[in-house]
Amino acid sequence: MCLAVPARVIAVEEGGANARVELGGLERSVSLALVEGVKVGDYLLIHVGFAINTIDPEEARRTLALFAEAGMLEP
Amino acid sequence: MSRVEAAHGAGGRAMGRLIDELFRQAFDNPLLNAGDDFAAFEVPAGRMVMSTDAHVITPLTFPGGDIGALSVHGTVNDVAMSGARPLYLSAAFILEEGFSLEALRVIVESMARAAREAGVSIVTGDTKVVPRGKGDGVYITTTGVGVLGEGINISGSRARAGDRILISGPIAEHGVAVLAAREGLALGGELRSDSAALNGLVEVMLAGLDNPDRLHCLRDPTRGGVAAALNEMAAQSGVGMRIDEALVPLRTEVAAACELLGLEPLQVANEGRLIAICEPESADGLLAAMRAHPLGEQAAIIGEVVGDDPGRVALRTRLGAERWLEPPHGEPLPRIC
Amino acid sequence: MSGLKFIDEFRDPALAQGLAAAIAAEVEPGRDYRIMEFCGGHTHAIQRHGVQRLLPENVRYIHGPGCPVCVLPGARIDAAIHLAETHGAILCSYADLLRVPGASRRALGQCRDVRTLYSPEEVLSIARDNPEREVVFIAIGFETTTPPTAVLVKQAQAQGLSNLSILCNHVLTPAAMTAILDDEDSAIDAILGPSHVSAIIGVAPYRPIVERFRTPIVIAGFEPLDVMQATLMAIRQLNAACAEVENQYTRVVDEQGNRRAQALVDEVFELRETFEWRGLGWLPGSALRLREEYAEFDAERRFDIPSFESREPNSCECPAILRGRKQPHECRLFGHGCTPETPLGACMVSSEGACAAAWSYGP
Repeated sequence: MCLAVPARVIAVEEGGANARVELGGLERSVSLALVEGVKVGDYLLIHVGFAINTIDPEEARRTLALFAEAGMLEP
Repeated sequence: MSRVEAAHGAGGRAMGRLIDELFRQAFDNPLLNAGDDFAAFEVPAGRMVMSTDAHVITPLTFPGGDIGALSVHGTVNDVAMSGARPLYLSAAFILEEGFSLEALRVIVESMARAAREAGVSIVTGDTKVVPRGKGDGVYITTTGVGVLGEGINISGSRARAGDRILISGPIAEHGVAVLAAREGLALGGELRSDSAALNGLVEVMLAGLDNPDRLHCLRDPTRGGVAAALNEMAAQSGVGMRIDEALVPLRTEVAAACELLGLEPLQVANEGRLIAICEPESADGLLAAMRAHPLGEQAAIIGEVVGDDPGRVALRTRLGAERWLEPPHGEPLPRIC
Repeated sequence: MSGLKFIDEFRDPALAQGLAAAIAAEVEPGRDYRIMEFCGGHTHAIQRHGVQRLLPENVRYIHGPGCPVCVLPGARIDAAIHLAETHGAILCSYADLLRVPGASRRALGQCRDVRTLYSPEEVLSIARDNPEREVVFIAIGFETTTPPTAVLVKQAQAQGLSNLSILCNHVLTPAAMTAILDDEDSAIDAILGPSHVSAIIGVAPYRPIVERFRTPIVIAGFEPLDVMQATLMAIRQLNAACAEVENQYTRVVDEQGNRRAQALVDEVFELRETFEWRGLGWLPGSALRLREEYAEFDAERRFDIPSFESREPNSCECPAILRGRKQPHECRLFGHGCTPETPLGACMVSSEGACAAAWSYGP
C-alpha cells in the first residue's frame, strides 16, 4: 500500500502548516502537520497530500554505495 | 440569446441561424456553404477510407486542447492510420440545453483551426439539442473520409516477426493533462495534451519509403495507451512483441505526474502520437523521416515483433528484467496504495 | 529519460544486475527461500519492474495481505453505499476503492454522488460547500494513511463542521503479520516489511513478532533496488539461521518512527477489540476506531448502519493465498469466474492483490 513520492521543499508557507514541494518540475502544496523542522531544500516523503517523513540524503548515498558494494563479488 | 435552447435543434429558423452564423462562418468552405444537407464531391481514383469517432470528454477544455480540436484530430488520425490522405469530415453536435453559445463558438473555432491546419474541410453536419441534464454540455461525433494511395497496405494484422516498432514522440501527455485538469490538480509545469493531426507526419513517412508496402502497421495509442495499442496489434497479427522501456520517450514532468498519481505511463492515453511497425531494413530510414517532421522530433525505435508468445507483449523494464505489458482494466485511476 | 531524484538512482539497471548476481551467489543450491513481501506497494514495485525475474528460481516472493483495498470486507462497502442511499450522503473516497464490489456486487463508483480524493483535507471543503448534506469519508489504509485521517478529524473539530463523518477502516500491520505467521502451515521463511508503514511506526513494533516466531523481518524501501537489497539481507539471515529485524530503508525509517504522527493517531483513535479482514477473518486488536471524544465524527455512531454480510464464494482460496499457503493458479476460480474485471475475492479486487498481479504480469 502507501504510494509515497520523494519531493523537494521549495517554499514553506507562512505559519509553517504547508509547504510547496517539487518533483520533476511539478509542484504540489502539502501539509506539514505530521513533520517538524522542515526547511527549503529538504526532501520529504509525500503521501495523500501530507509529508509523512523526511528523507536523509546522506543515508540515501550510503544505501546506494551498499548496492554497488553488494554487486562487487569475489572472483 | 446566449445559451443553447431547444429551438436550436428543432430544424426551424433558430437552428438555421445557428448553422449560418456559427458553423458555416467558422468552417467556411464551398461544399458546406452550398447549403445542402449533403456534400457532393469528386473522389480521386483509388480506395477510400472512412472512420468515425464520438467525443465525450470532461473537461471540455484542457491545457493543449479542447473537445473541438480533439474531435478533428481524432478522426483525421483514424483515417491517417490507414495511410490514407484525409479529405473531408462531417461533424454532428449534440448540445445540452443551457450550454453557453460563447463556449460553443470557442469550440467550433478551435475545430475550424484544427481542420485548416490538417488540410481537411468540414463539409456537412448535424445539430441536435437534448434537455438540460441529459448531456455534458456538448458531444461531438466526427466522421472522416480519405483516399488511399496505391501500394499502401497498412493494417494491425500485418505485423511480422522481425519487424521494428517505432513511436513518434513522448507518451502519456494527453491522459495526464486531462486528468490533472479534470481533478483540479494544479501541478504546474508544462503538462499539456499532445492532441495533434498526424496526417502530415504519415505522408512524410510514406514518402520516405522506397516501397510503402514495407510499412505494415500504424496505430495512434489513444485510450489504454501504448499498452492497449500494442496488445491489439499483437492479437490481430498473431505475433508477440518485445518493447524496451528505456527506449520509450517520456518527459520528466509527465513521469513525475505518473509517479504522483500512481499511473503507468504505457497505459495512459495519447492524442498526437503514432506507433509504426515496419520491416527491419526500413526502420532507420523511417525513423529519420519521422525525426525530420515537427511531430516526430523525438521519435524512437522501441522494440520489435517476435514469433514467440503470440498475442502477448513483453516489456524489458528499466531494471533490465522482463515482464508482460498488459492493457489497463478500464480507465486507469490514480491510486494511493 | 526521466530525472526524478530518489527515484531514478534506486532503479539503476547496473546496480540491479550487481544485486542479482550477489543473490545468486549467496543462495544455497537446493534450498527454497519463500519471502513474503507484505505490502501492496512492494507487490506493485516487484511486478512493475520485473524483480522476480532477476532472482534465482529458488527465491520466491509471496504476496502478503498489505493491501487495504483487498482486505476490506464487502460489508463495509455496502455500509458506505447504504449511507449514500438512505441518508443522501456525499461519499468521499480514494480512487482505489471506487470499483471494488461489495457483497451486494455494487461498487462505490456507482453511487450518485461520490467524490474522488487525492488528500483527506479535501473532505473539509466538500463539507463546507454542502452544509445541508452529510459528507462521509471512507477511510482505508494501514498506518501510513491513518495520520492524515487523524489530522482531518482534528481540523473538522476545530472548524466546527457538523456534517462530516468518517467510516473508519484503518487497520494495523503487526496484527496482520502475527495472524499470517501464527499458522502452523505457514510456509513463510522471511518477511519484507512495509516501507511507509515503518516510516510511521518505526522498527520497534516488529521486534516482538520476530522474537515470537523466529522469522526474519527486513524493512525494505519502495524502489526495486531496495527490495533486492532487502531480499539479499533476508537470504543472509536465513543462511545464518538468524532471526532479527533489519532496516534496509535507512534513509526514511528509524527505530522510533514518526512520533508526531503516532501521537496524533493516538489522540484521535483507539483500538477495536476485533475487526473483520476479507480473507483473514476476524483479527483481535487489528483495527482502529474513533475515540469517544470524536464520536460525532464516527459514521458508525452517527448513523444506524445495519450489519451487512460479507460472503465469499465457495472454492475461493483467498484465505490460503493471503497466508502464502497457496498460489493464485491453485484456486479453481482463478480465470473461471474470478478475473480483474469480475473479481470474486480479496486477492483479485485490487491490482496489487496476489491474483490480480499474477493475472496481469503472469509467470
